[in-house]
Amino acid sequence: MKAAITVLAVAALATVPLWLRDPYLLNALITTGIFIIGAMSLNLLLGFTGQLSLGHIAFFGIGAYVSALTSLGFDIGLPGGARLVHEPWPPIVGLALAILVAGLCGYFVGLLSFRVRGAYFVIVTISFAEVVRLVALNWVELTQGPLALTNIPSIALPLAGFGELTLRTKLQNYYLVLVVGLVAYLLIARLVHSHFGRAMRGLMENETLAVSVGIDVTKTLTLAAVISAAIAGAAGSLYAHYIRIIDPEVFAFINTVTMVIMVISGGKGSLSGPGVGGLIFGLLPVALRPIMAPEAQWIAYGGVLMAILFVLPRGIVPSLAQRLVRRRSGAAALAPVALAETGVKKGA
Amino acid sequence: MNEFLQHLVNMLVLGGTYALLGIGLTLIFGIMNVVNFTHGVLYTFGAYVMFIVVQQLGLNFFLALPVAVLAGWLLGAAIELTLLRPLRGSDIDTTMLVMIGAWIAMQSGTLWIWGGVAKSVAAPFPEAPLVLGPVSVSWLRLFVLAAAALLILVTYLLINRTSLGRAMRATFQDQDTASLMGVNVDLIYTSTFAIGSSLAAAAGALLGPVYVIFPQMGDLAAVKAFAIVILGGLGNITGAVVGGFILALAEELGAGYVSSGYRDAMGFLIIIAVLIFRPTGLFARAERVG
Repeated sequence: MKAAITVLAVAALATVPLWLRDPYLLNALITTGIFIIGAMSLNLLLGFTGQLSLGHIAFFGIGAYVSALTSLGFDIGLPGGARLVHEPWPPIVGLALAILVAGLCGYFVGLLSFRVRGAYFVIVTISFAEVVRLVALNWVELTQGPLALTNIPSIALPLAGFGELTLRTKLQNYYLVLVVGLVAYLLIARLVHSHFGRAMRGLMENETLAVSVGIDVTKTLTLAAVISAAIAGAAGSLYAHYIRIIDPEVFAFINTVTMVIMVISGGKGSLSGPGVGGLIFGLLPVALRPIMAPEAQWIAYGGVLMAILFVLPRGIVPSLAQRLVRRRSGAAALAPVALAETGVKKGA
Repeated sequence: MNEFLQHLVNMLVLGGTYALLGIGLTLIFGIMNVVNFTHGVLYTFGAYVMFIVVQQLGLNFFLALPVAVLAGWLLGAAIELTLLRPLRGSDIDTTMLVMIGAWIAMQSGTLWIWGGVAKSVAAPFPEAPLVLGPVSVSWLRLFVLAAAALLILVTYLLINRTSLGRAMRATFQDQDTASLMGVNVDLIYTSTFAIGSSLAAAAGALLGPVYVIFPQMGDLAAVKAFAIVILGGLGNITGAVVGGFILALAEELGAGYVSSGYRDAMGFLIIIAVLIFRPTGLFARAERVG
């Protein structure tokens, strides 16, 4: 049944541009969609390994900068008077490099921080993001610092034998984000149901037991970090080529917080959680905008977040799934762990 | 050399307030296991209380400081009672996200009430700095250092010499046993959060007049407080004090000898370095949390 809901949801999302003509709303959906992809990658770490990355925006921003710089070109001085000159490459190569470089950064952060868990991991990821932000702000020769990288070209898809299709309109970008989001979703779903996914959840639930049955902790966690960072890098690349201007503010802590809110409110460890939470919190500011002053909007945003956690502490999707199951089976209550398991297994 | 001495003096002033921030956060983190994202807002709140009392009500600067500490204490207690007590026993991510929600709401509230324009607080100190040989330091900064030192001492005595402090330490070590011994754990939690919050407010009230006051000023302060807690080890008060001064020293030297643009990066580089070489913090017992 869950698969049917997923297919229906994707079909519904695919028809949105057919009836929604308002460019402002379409724009909000595209940026929300990009952040949902980031949130899905965060969910892979937080929901399936239990490690909270509060610097996840670093991978997103690195993807954005790598992709933008690849397609814009740069000319920087190296120590010793040499210069490194890069001629612009097509944005699609930028996307590929963004995935690669972000994944590599994920590898190093993973190696570094999986020596420490819990609160320490949270702090190391925050620190990493802040250092990257400060480098983007201060390495003006490469990044233009606060002046921002502008005129980033749109992504062009090469069509075999027919030249290429440049994705300039909101409509095209909407479908691009939807397709990339779907690929990321399927990739994560596939991963979570593989041997590797079981190893991750085993580590989250009982590390000692997992190690005793031969799961390689460092390898599993580092791989999860690499894949998570790579997907976040892809989202960042989409963002750079859609918005077409990138400044160091992309690394702002509030952007990570947005992703965390999407994941936890929707339900961490649930494949569709980030999508559900993301649509609510991505579109909430849009819904509040006509009725409230900007500051009041954010007060309401914080209020809605707290309210959801008080009413549905495990997130929207797992809590609703639990209620549905409870009603159908007529049982008074089922163990939450067992429910989370069914939620995950039926997720694909 | 003279330049270095000047950096050391600046480090002392900055380090004192960093230590206050760090102690507050390490108490909350260590005893309650709450990743407290409202810590930066409390810092901002303390600074705004100074602004209200001194600039808007026109009252005495030295009166405003205890008012800010008390207001921070009350706001902290209110946050604990309304947001954290009902969520006792829920997972650390949930409470953290509720704290994030409170942070967003309160910061936006500050922005709504006072606007985004930076404010300043006039301090009743002579303009001319105190010159001691090669170094000079403003009287306001000296006062900040003295007040921070006094507050650190009071907190230290509170934790180590009073029955409330003993109960807090017992709760930190083993909540269930403490509860069996008749410690009112709920009361300890509220007190811990209130004390931690009042220290953050004090740090904001002290640094607010030195710099300028604006709604987002607490964000960086909060991240630095986390850095200090990591340096010192969770729940370690002495560690937080030393960590505060180490962070201040690294920032001063980084800004002075590397590049002022990377001043704020120093703290984060220190965290990363500490976690590579000493993951439990510089002064912690051999214990991992998480």
